[in-house]
Parts: sequence; structure tokens; C-alpha cells
Amino acid sequence: MIIVKKLIKRFGLKTVLRGLDFRVERGEFVALLGPNGAGKTTFLRILASLSRPSLGRVSIAGYELPAQSAAVRRRLGVVSHMPLLYGDLTAEENLQFYGRMYNLPELPQRVNQVLEMVGLLARRRDLVRTFSRGMQQRLAIGRAVLPDPQVMLFDEPYTGLDQDASEMLDGVLRQVAAQGRTVVMTSHDLARAEGLASRFDILSRGLITASASQASLGAGNLLDFYKQALTL
Amino acid sequence: MSPQPRALVALNVVSVLLLGASYYASLVYAPLEAVMGAVQRVFYFHVATAWVGMLGFVMAAVAGIIYLWKKDLKWDAISVAAVEISLVFFFIAIVLGSIWARPIWGTWWTWEPRLTTAAILEMIYLAYLLLRQGIEDPEKRARFGAVYTLLGGISVPVTFVSIRLFRTIHPVVIGSGSAEAQGGFNMAPAMLQTMFFSIIAFSVIFVTIFWHRMRLASLANRVEQLKLKALD
Amino acid sequence: MSEKLTSARPAENYFGAVRAVAWKDLIAELRSRELLAAMLIFAMLVILVFNFALELDREARESVTAGVLWVTFAFAGTLGLNRSMAIEKDGGCLDGLLLAPVDRSAIYLGKVISNLVFMLIVEIIVLPIYYVLYNPKNFFNLGFFGVILLGSIGYVAVGTLLATMSIQSRTRDVLLPILLFPVVIPVLVSAVQASKGFLAGLPVGELMPWLNLLIVYDIIFIAAAFMFFDYVVEE
Repeated sequence: MIIVKKLIKRFGLKTVLRGLDFRVERGEFVALLGPNGAGKTTFLRILASLSRPSLGRVSIAGYELPAQSAAVRRRLGVVSHMPLLYGDLTAEENLQFYGRMYNLPELPQRVNQVLEMVGLLARRRDLVRTFSRGMQQRLAIGRAVLPDPQVMLFDEPYTGLDQDASEMLDGVLRQVAAQGRTVVMTSHDLARAEGLASRFDILSRGLITASASQASLGAGNLLDFYKQALTL
Repeated sequence: MSPQPRALVALNVVSVLLLGASYYASLVYAPLEAVMGAVQRVFYFHVATAWVGMLGFVMAAVAGIIYLWKKDLKWDAISVAAVEISLVFFFIAIVLGSIWARPIWGTWWTWEPRLTTAAILEMIYLAYLLLRQGIEDPEKRARFGAVYTLLGGISVPVTFVSIRLFRTIHPVVIGSGSAEAQGGFNMAPAMLQTMFFSIIAFSVIFVTIFWHRMRLASLANRVEQLKLKALD
Repeated sequence: MSEKLTSARPAENYFGAVRAVAWKDLIAELRSRELLAAMLIFAMLVILVFNFALELDREARESVTAGVLWVTFAFAGTLGLNRSMAIEKDGGCLDGLLLAPVDRSAIYLGKVISNLVFMLIVEIIVLPIYYVLYNPKNFFNLGFFGVILLGSIGYVAVGTLLATMSIQSRTRDVLLPILLFPVVIPVLVSAVQASKGFLAGLPVGELMPWLNLLIVYDIIFIAAAFMFFDYVVEE
């Protein structure tokens, strides 16, 4: 589903990604972990087609980036730590807007479906400005799920969420994963990632330095694995 | 630190010599103009710097297009160098024009098309440099710079036409009727020679300064690289 | 999970996206009215300041009406352009727009339309107020309004592109007028002259050169902005 070969990203003279290799099969849920400045957000932006690779190959769902970015975008749902929502529009209007940008058929029904899925049906006519951070994040996921994407990218989705909101987010993420979508999530929160992902990759200084599946790690061993991988 | 290449050292010498020769030509060799007197001698440097400045601007725009096409930052460095030098050359041209205008038209400034367009061009140069200053990412800086030079480049001829149209409807009733021409005087052969010589001299000077500026850019680049390596 | 939902119909999508972007801006502004309020108050202040700065008798004032109005629109327009693009930048919404599987120029076009509407709304409100305050001659004529439309189109076409650049820079709001004004001078010159002509009751024939210049500028710069917009939003 996602194939990345020798990805290099430079900003002027600074090289952030140094020949990264990455591969995700259909339906996998990969947690991308790593310290600040490792390049997680840069990498996710490239996968999201928001940034161009300097060198290397990136392909999603069989389409090459950046050449076939429109095709990739149609199959992609992205949630970043910024909500990407318009505060002066209602929840409903936000979804309708994005629905129109994606040219989705049967939009009103789809919007209802999504609002229900993220538990915001009751607040559909409220301005997003009035939403708490947790609700905004849920709506942001709704926005991302709206075009029924095969691949979803989450960049630090738990940022700024309290305990309750985080638990709600857990639920939504589990739903999303259960629907068979391919998910890549970056996170600082190892505990949360452990409960959701089927595989953990460590991104450090521009390269994937370690990878382990949930099965092989066993419960509760993620922290040790992470610390070990960073000392390499 | 790499020393100046021999060709550049030679150019330095040649430039200084040509500059000196141009001074001599304008102040001594060229005959005294009957109507305007000594102040007319300013004309030679005025035309030379204006022409070369204009070529520099075209060069910046062309380098911008090539950058957008090839994405090689070298072309961006060329664009910047050309703009910086043209900025100064054009300023000199404007000041000299002003000095010339004072005794002839009785005023330091007149809103005639060429002068006004020149002033606007200077503003575009400055805006270009200000735009670049505010952007961190070198690639984005180069792209934005290129787009702005092109927009500016397209607008300048249109601006000139619009101001000329403005002036034909509101003619400048100052000094001689042909305020639009270069003060309108007949050029003796020696004057023509001096003018062309000045233009050539200043073209050589432009190339020399340009070369120095490009060296400066590449040295600054090297410093950045070394800095990054040290911090890594 | 159906493939059906993800099969877009690209050709139809373009104008749908343009409409969606423009509509979104208009609805959001209708709710908060921040942008319009700021632009209007600013415009009125500028006109007031002009009144005191240029203490003119009636006749002299007739001759500067066009200039005063256009300067007012230019400055208020800058406010609107800045605000409109800042909204996208602040919530990270620009990314949201760029994620849509539609040609980037659709975003540009949608933004131009909404920015143009805002500018026209301000103009429509300012003009009658100006009329009431100063009672200029020949005010409500079609040619005058046509010039205002043409001029606003050119201004907004270039302004939207430049605003997209300026909000991505550190100096932000300050930068837009610096980038915009030198490039938009042909519009200001032509618009002021043509407006002046219409207000003085001159026949259209005499003002054709200015109108032509405006139209040419509009066409050239809309085309250029279309070409360059991609370069200004990609990373």
C-alpha cells in the first residue's frame, strides 16, 4: 500500500530525511515513533503529498508521488495536530465543504454518517469555534474519513487532549482501523500507540532505525524497545 | 578560503581602468554641449548605468524562470545577485538623472514616464529583497523570489505604458518642450563614442561585481554547510 | 469500503471546488463579519482623514474624488486580502485545501471570487456614504461603476497571489502592501483616470485607452497568477 524507497528530504543545506525506507501493507496500523526533530512530521507531510521528496521514491496505493498526487489525495485521509477546520462554520458545513472539494456523491447522507461515527451528530449545527479541542479533533477525523480513504495518516493526534478526549479518540481510531484502512500514526504517547498499532517503527535522525510487530514485542515491552532503538 | 581566480583579478584591473577611462571620456574627451553645458556630461554614466541596470533586471527574471524549471538553487543565487547589483546601478542612474534635471528643468524630480517607472522598479527590487528576507526555507525563498521577479517583470512594461499615457494627457510643462526626450540634444560623433564606451565599461564593471557577488554567495553557502556539519 | 465513493469526476469537480471555496469564505464572513467590519471602518476613516488632510474647496474636491476613493479602496483591500489568507494559514486550513484532489488553481480562483466580493461589498457601501458626505457630480453612472469593477478585479487577482506569498513569510501583514503596490500601479493609474473621466462626464470614446489598459492588465495578470499559483503553495 505504501512503499518508500531511499527517501531524502533536504531543506536547503539541511538534510532531514536521509534515505528512508518504509513499507506498509494494506490494513496495517503502523505507529511511527521517535524523538522531536527526527523528521516524523516532515515524513508524514511527504506521504500526505503536501511536501515533495528531494530524492527517492514514494508510492501510495500504486500511485507515485509527486507525479500522481491528485490520485493519491483521493485515497488519503489526513489528521494533523492542527484541526484544519473553519471556526466560523458549523460542524456540518465544514464536512459539507470538504465533501464538495472531494466531489463526493450523496453528500448529505455521508455527512450524517460521519457525524454519527465521531459522535457529533448532536452538535452538527454548532460553530466549530465553540468546540473543545477534543471535539475538534474528532471532527477533524470525521473530515479525514469523509471520502472513505484507503490510507489514513495521523500526525500526533493526541496533542492537547485531556484524558476523556483521548479515550474517545482511542475509540474512533479503533473504529477506523477496524474498517480495514491502512493507518500510519506518529505519536509521542507510547502507551496509546501500544494499544492501537500492529507495528512500531522508530524514526531517528532521518532514518527508520528499528521496526517490530505488536505480536513479536508482547505487551508492555514497547518502552524498552523504544529506548533501546534510540541508543543505537 | 579559495583565492580569486586569475581571470577575476584581471577583470578587477580592467574594470578600474575602464571606469577611469570613462571618466576621462565623459569629462574631457566628449565635447561640451552647447545648450546645457557641463551638466550634460552626467548623461554618459546615466545612460550606461540605466541600460546595464535594466539588463540586470531581465537577467534576474530569466534566471527566475530557469530556476522554476530546473529547481537548481544556483539560478536563484544568480537572480539575487542580479537584483542587488541592478538596484544600485539603477539608483545611480536615477540620482544622475536628477542631477541632470535640476539645471535643465529647474526641478530635482519630474514624474515623467521613464523616471517614474525607474522609481517603481526600485521599489520592486526592494520588495523582492524584503520578501526573501522573511522566508527561512531556501527552496521556498527561491521559488517566491522567482515568481515575484516575473510578476514585477510583466508589470513594468505595462506600468511604463500607463504612465506614458498619463503623461500625454497631462504633459509636463517644464523646461523645454521635449522633456520626454533625453533633454533633446544632438549628439556629436565623439559624444556617441563616449556613450557607447561608457555602456561597455559599465557592462564589464557589472560582470566583475556580479562575479564577486556569486563568489560571496558560494562562500556563504560553504560557511552554512560547515556550520551544519559542526552541529550535527 | 466502496471504491465507488472514491471515484471522482475530475472535470466537474473543478468548478464545484471553486464554488465551494468561494461559498465557504462568504458564509464564514457572514457569520463573523470581522473582515467586512474592519475594511469598512478603515475605509471610512481614510475618507475622513482625507477630508482634513486635503482641505479643498468644492471644485478642487471634484478633481480628487477619484483619487481619494481609489486610495481608500486600495488600502482597505489590503486589509481584506491579508485577513482572507490569514484565516487559511492560522488553522492550518491551507493544508486542508491542498489535500483536496483538485487542481490548485481552483483554490486560487475560489479565493479571488470571495476576495472580489468582499471588496465590492465595501465599495458598494462606501460610495453612497461618500456621496452623502461630499455630493460629487455625475456620481451614479454606469461607466464609473464599470471602472470600479474592472479595477477591483485586477487588484484582487494580483493581491490574492501575493497575499498567499506574504502570509508564508515572517513579516506577514506588513509585506503585502510592499509587494502589491508597485505591481498594481497600472490599475491605479488607469482606474483613477477613467473614473475621473466618467465623473467629469467625458464620453466613453475618450476613455477607451484607460479601459483597454485595465482590461489588458486584468487578463494578463489573471493568466499569470493561474500559472504561478502552484509554485506559491507547494512545498
